[in-house]
This record gives sequence, C-alpha cells and structure tokens, in this order.
Amino acid sequence: MEPTNINNPEYFHKVVDCQHACPAHTPVPEYIRLIAEEKYTEAYMINWDSNVFPGVLGRTCDRPCEPACRRGRVDEEPVAICRLKRVAADNKGDVKQFMPQAPFKQNGKKIALIGAGPASLTVARDLAPLGYEIHLYDQQKLGGGFMRSQIPSFRLPESVLNEEVNFILDLGIHTHFNEYVKSLKETLDKDYDAVFIGSGAPKGRDLELPGRKEGAAHIHIGINWLANVAFEHTKNVGKKVIVLGGGNTAMDCCRTARRLGGEEVKVIVRSPFAEMKASPWEKEDAAHEDIPIIDNHVPKSFVVENGVLKGMTFEKVTAEYTKEGKRKLVPVGGADVFIEADDVLIAVGQENSFPWIERDLGIEFDKWNMPIVNEVTFVSTNTKVFFGGDAAWGPKNVITAVAHGHQAAISIDLTCRGESMNVRPSPFVNLVSQKMGIHEWAYDSAVVNDQRYTVPQADKKITLANRKKEVELGYDHITGFKEAERCLNCDIQTVFTTDKCIECDACMDVCPTACISFTGNASEIDLRSMLKVPATNLSQDLYVSSALKTKRVMVKDENVCLHCGLCAERCPTAAWDMQKFFYNVSKAGSGCASHK
Amino acid sequence: MTYLRPKFRHPELQKNKLGYTVDYYEGALSTLCAGCGHDSISAGIIQAAYEMNIQPHKLAKFSGIGCSSKTPAYFLSNSHGFNSVHGRMPSVATGANLANRDLIYFGVSGDGDTASIGLGQFVHVIRRGLNMTYIVMNNGCYGLTKGQDSATADQGSKNKSGNVNLFEPIDLASLAIETGATFVAQSFSGDKAQLVPLIKAAMNHPGFAFINVISPCVTFNNNMGSTKSYDYVREHIEATATVDFVPDMKEISVEYGKGTHKNVTMHDGSVIQLHKLAEEWDPLNRQSAMNAVLNAKSKNEILTGLLYVNPDARDLHHMIQTTDKPLNSLTKSDLCPGSEMLNAINADLR
Repeated sequence: MEPTNINNPEYFHKVVDCQHACPAHTPVPEYIRLIAEEKYTEAYMINWDSNVFPGVLGRTCDRPCEPACRRGRVDEEPVAICRLKRVAADNKGDVKQFMPQAPFKQNGKKIALIGAGPASLTVARDLAPLGYEIHLYDQQKLGGGFMRSQIPSFRLPESVLNEEVNFILDLGIHTHFNEYVKSLKETLDKDYDAVFIGSGAPKGRDLELPGRKEGAAHIHIGINWLANVAFEHTKNVGKKVIVLGGGNTAMDCCRTARRLGGEEVKVIVRSPFAEMKASPWEKEDAAHEDIPIIDNHVPKSFVVENGVLKGMTFEKVTAEYTKEGKRKLVPVGGADVFIEADDVLIAVGQENSFPWIERDLGIEFDKWNMPIVNEVTFVSTNTKVFFGGDAAWGPKNVITAVAHGHQAAISIDLTCRGESMNVRPSPFVNLVSQKMGIHEWAYDSAVVNDQRYTVPQADKKITLANRKKEVELGYDHITGFKEAERCLNCDIQTVFTTDKCIECDACMDVCPTACISFTGNASEIDLRSMLKVPATNLSQDLYVSSALKTKRVMVKDENVCLHCGLCAERCPTAAWDMQKFFYNVSKAGSGCASHK
Repeated sequence: MTYLRPKFRHPELQKNKLGYTVDYYEGALSTLCAGCGHDSISAGIIQAAYEMNIQPHKLAKFSGIGCSSKTPAYFLSNSHGFNSVHGRMPSVATGANLANRDLIYFGVSGDGDTASIGLGQFVHVIRRGLNMTYIVMNNGCYGLTKGQDSATADQGSKNKSGNVNLFEPIDLASLAIETGATFVAQSFSGDKAQLVPLIKAAMNHPGFAFINVISPCVTFNNNMGSTKSYDYVREHIEATATVDFVPDMKEISVEYGKGTHKNVTMHDGSVIQLHKLAEEWDPLNRQSAMNAVLNAKSKNEILTGLLYVNPDARDLHHMIQTTDKPLNSLTKSDLCPGSEMLNAINADLR
C-alpha cells in the first residue's frame, strides 16, 4: 500500500467515527471532554456552532453517531453521546454573550427562507451575521417547524425549543409567521437575491381502506394530529386508540394518545417488530408506558357502525424473505382480527408536497414530483432557489436538516458574492501534540470500564397525567461526568513518524487491542490478512507508514484503537505521538471564501 | 498521569485449543524503559505459550536479579513464579524441578545474572541437563545500574559514555554447547518471527534448552559503536535457518527447495522444521554447530536461529533415576513401602 496521507484532513476525520457519522460533523469528543471538565457553556457553544440546536438534539436526535461510536465495537454499548449533549444544554451558563450580536452591518442582500424549521433557521443563523437581510416565512404562529409541531412536549419541552429558536430570531431575522406562501413566483417577484425552501415533508400518508370516509371523524393523519395537539386544537382522544405504523411518528402518536385520555392504546404494524423503523429506545419508551406493539398485522378495513367508528380489521401475516433478502408479507390464513378503537391515528409515512411552486420557474422536478437539487450546493435548477432539510430529498431528521442548512448557506453566500458555489471552503483543521511529560497527556488517556449509564426518567404517574411534563430527566453532573469519561477520545490521533522509529516492537507489544503490526508491504487486501489480528472491518482504514529501515512498514488497523496512548508511552523515540485533531466544517463566511 | 492497560481487547482474538485468547497469558504492564528489547521477548513468550496451548498453572517461571529478571512479572500472570537470588536461579529451578517434574520450567536471566555472578550456576545446570528453558536477555550491559559493560560486551564495543570495552566477551551460546546443552539457539528481540518458534521448540525440548537473545538496552547501550544496538544487530545478523516448530507433524506440510530443508523429529513426534540458510552446518552435530558460531564470529556476524539440538536428550531425572511422579503426589505407601519391601531389598544385597 501507499503510505497513508495524514495531511489530508479527511483521513483523521474518518477515525473520529462519531463526528464522521454526524451529518453536521459536530466535534463530539471535544465537547464530551468539556462536559467532563464541567465546562458546559464551552461544550454548548461547540455544539451550537455545529448543530445549532444542542438542547433540541440532546433530546431528540436520531443519533447516527452512536451506532458509529468506536466504543460500541469493544464494549457492549456506545457512549451516550446524545444525552451528553443535553447535559451541556441543561447546565450551560450565559451562552448568548458568545453568539454574534445583532444588529449587523448590512450587505444589502435579501434572502427569503420558506418554512421556519431547522434547515431554514440554520441558514438564517449562518447568513444573518454576515449582513444578509433574512425574511423567514411560516404558516404557523411560531418558529421551529416540525420540531414544534411533531415532537411532543414530553420529549422536548417548549421552553428548550423556544430558547434555541429565539437565539436565531434575535439575530435580526424578519419573521413572517402565520403567513402561508401560496406562490413561489410571488416570492421570487419580491426581488430576493436568493430563496431557500425548507418547507419539510408536510403531507402525512393516508390509508384508503373501506370505511375510511364513513369513520373520518375519528380517523386522523398522525403528523396533523400531533400538530393539532402541539398548537392545542386537539385536547383529548378516545379511550381505545389504534396507532398504525412502526416509525418514530407512530411512537410519538401513541405516547401522546396515552396522555390525552387514551387508556388502551395499541400500535399495530405490518412488519415484524425487529424491522420497525422506530429507534429502539423509542420503542422501549412506548412499552414502558404500557403500549403494546402488535406486529405482523396488515390493516384491511375500518369498521363503522351507524356512523360511529368501532375499530379495525387486520389480516395476520408472516414475513418471508427471498434469496435476495427481499421481504414479502404472506398471509398466515384464518379469520381476520378485529380490534376495537374509538380513534385511529395513521402514522405510515409522510411525503413532500409542493403545490405552491409553479412549474414554470425554471425549477425542474423529477418523475416523483421532487425538485432536482444539487447534492453539494443544494441549488435547484433555478440558481436563485435552494432546497434543504426534508424538502430536498424527503423525510430525514433534524440533524440532517441542519447540515443541509449550513451547506446551502455557504452556496447562497458564495453566489451573492459572485463566486462559484462549486468551490467549497476547506474545513478548519488543527493537529496538536498532547504530550505534557512522561506518562502525562493533556487528555484523560485512561480507558474506564464503566457500562453505559441509563438516563433517569420521571415517574410514569406524573408524566402520563401531563403531556408537557418531560419524561427524561437527563444526567446529573456526576453521572454526566462518568458517562463522558467513557468516551475513548478518538480525536486524539496516533501520529506516526517513520524516520524516528527504531523498530523495537514496543508499540506492537503493548497495544491492548492488537492494532499495530510491523510487516512487509503488500496490497491492501493482502495486508489486511497479514496483521496481528486480521483487519476484517473494511469500513475502517489502515494507517500505513512509508518503508522502515528493515523495508517493513508499520500498519495500524484503526478499527478498535482505544486511543489510550500506550503506543506513544512505550515508544522510546517519540515516533508515536498523540495529537489532538480538531475538524470543523466551514460555515458561510468562515474559511477561505471570506479572505478573498 | 495514566499508566494503566485498558481491559478491552480486540473482539476478534482467536482462541487456542484450551479456549484461551492470548491475553490470558499476559502479565502486568511493563515498568522497563520504553523500547526495551526485554519487553519484546516477553511478548514472544506470551505468544509462544498461547500457541503451545499451555495450561498456565502447569508452568513455573524463574528468574534472578536484573532488568531481565523483572520480566516474569510482565508475562504469564496465571503461572507459578519464583524471583530468586542474583545468579542463583538455576539452583532454585533445580530444586523445584526435582520436586515436581510435571511442570514446564521456564527460566529468564540476563547477561549479568548468567555470565557474571551466575556463571558457575549456569554451567552446572547445563551439565546436569535440567529439563528447563533458559532464556538470557542479553544486552551487553548492566542496565539496572546505569549501563556498565557486562561480561558479554564485545571487545571494542563502545558504551554510552564513550568507554571502549577492553576484555574478551563470554560467548554464552558456545559455552552452552561446550558444556553439554542439548538445545542451543540464538535470536534477536527484534525478530519475533524467529524467536517465537524457537521458544516453542525450547519449551518442548526434553532437556536443557538455552536461547541467547540479543536484546538492546535502549537507554544505555543503543549508541553508535555499541555492538548490541538495534542498528548494529540488524546490520550484522545472519541466520542459520528459518525455523518453524510443529507440535504434531500431521498439521502442516511445507515444501522447501531441494537440499535446503531439514526436519528434526523429536521423541514425542514434534518436528522442528529448518529452512537452512547457513552452509556447512549440521544442527545435529555439536562440532559443526561450534564451527558455525566461531565462523560467524570471525566475520563479525551474529549468528541466530537454532544452533544445536540433540533429539535424544535425556534430562536430570532420567540420569539419576528419580521417581516418575511429582513428590507431592506420592502417598504414604509409596514413601514407606513397608517391611516386606525392606526385606526384599535386603535380600537383594545378600
């Protein structure tokens, strides 16, 4: 193999699995260390810069970082990254002093943002301090988009959401709330320099089954129903409730129903339990609130008698798989199952909908009626119109919307300056030795053995009685510290200097997880099998040195490196060093573009 | 400050026949200098014990005094150990071996412990053919007392403070062959591919097995002009053969080029496979082995690999015809066979 080019920041970035997996590439280990040091404000600001909604995400993020966490490959469970973020948000001091302070010197450019969800708010935050005049449109009376309308208050208290939305609105954003944009053409005619569409995927899928029309009064589309609850148009529900669907919206629906008077709430899904789309922890929370999840039941009809909804019938199925692994739901035979219900909530997916975008504006749509959007710049085929969040490619999650917002903001900034939006700013990168002395590092290199700490929850009696009472209590300071200490500090990189190495094998011998080998060079596929323990995880890179004196090379399998620093401690010549790698995605106005 | 080894290990470590992963054979984290050759040898011992499927409780480690003699703390924590007096490890090992012949005896010593204060004990334990593996971690200096020349330092070798050694070195491998060791090898701490099979073959050898391992002292004897530095050894190393040790011949068959390979079959059916590199050398012939060592020395080469092996070796128990059971398993009737037996013996002597 060719020697690894560690001057390419993407190499070490990939070693920080959590950060790499995060759509916004939040510097996770950096803020976790700050939490361990009780520097909650600083930890919050690292998050705020990167993901804009630390308090919201610390409660509701889909956490792509956690399955990626290296600790999950050596220990039973990954670090509770998401809930640590909440520790920073809960305990932060005055963060506002560290944020850009409005008013800003205006640059004369006007930008319209349609939809006040996380994508648009991110664009607003990134562009307002640069002097752009931001106009934010939303049909609701408050900002936040689906973070407000879909995520129930018992998971995300309104006060947390309001605070973080207001941090942005306070940057001098011109809000146009309670204003539904009926026509993009009209908006474009208002002479904006760019328009960003972050209108989400607002249309809940319906189920056209027999009885749907007759029972309509008690059959609700999940996301609409959740919005009605959030804005207090809906205040109660029947005693017996069926929730259809197996995603996180279904989990939110069933748990909300329990709080609005539902006593027998059942979730009914077509697929097997294990294949449900909902996050495992959300399924657990539903189970904890006495909500059975009945799997392998395909809805057949709504049963309505004398104009009153009585329940639903289902066909029992079993999942069979073709050789290619494709799933087929096959009826098991027997009579259909009848389940009683006073209300049915349909949470079987949501879609984009752009009835308000005229098709003659130069914005091309594909055969699924989705706009064609550039995956790097987020520009549509009309160079003034940008898409991001769920509006771009369908429903994802908050953190993805934020990541889109940052990139769209960069594009808008570049195009408004008359620069090419295809030349993206480089990330901000830093790499600094952590050596303080013999056996002394500037980070806690010892690897603790603690198991993941569970987040305490409020008493069910209290939370079920009040839909606004937050269920999760969050870690306290001490548990937060202990959980933070579980982090392996994967951003403290093992940096190898070939010409210092005397090939004493000390690093190879001491490495607890057998990551380091000295061997003859070969192609990657051969090299992987020649190591002390074969490197079978192909998603993890090999760090290969140039040829040593004996013509061998040092090969480090990054897979299960604990970043404990023992290789560097046992190295007599400091050929190994532990260096902190900081990688921050450039935002609009930072990075190279602003220096031109 | 942290100097702790994490408990996590690679999740894909293979288990040996006993169901142990290699970490079961580890010891405490080393407190020797970073980069010490001794740590590499410890790692080689761990690897060899793991590959040999050794029950840790069936092995006893012995050592004397010195940096080398600290290492039994750093491997095979689950085995028996005895850290004895300076240079007196062979006596303690002899006592233990005579008391319980069922254990594997594994001695670790250094050049001071063996070639200076312990030289007398060393040659006598060889003469007696005690069934043990004896490894010398040879760095040519007294590392524990800041690097004075030891008895194995080569004439003309320069130490860290610039002093040139005036005296003839003691060549431990020649001495071992000379005094009757039945397995003699030489190796380098920086060459585990060679060292590990040698340790395995030595542990399996039914007599006295000696391995002299050049192990650079990274702190006091890794300077220019030293003949025991990493660089010098790498430049002057010559191997007799590549070695592989096969506990059971059925497991493996390797084709070597004609005339260059030699298999030495031991009494228990195990095989040392040698892919010969040195010419005019016969590992079964003491004379030839001596010549090979002397020839290499005259060319300023360090000859490594297996030097000499006698597959028909007999150990001390065989020579003095001791009981074939460990003493702790002898019962009262074994030890006091009664008056009938006494009468029979007396009758024999009439």
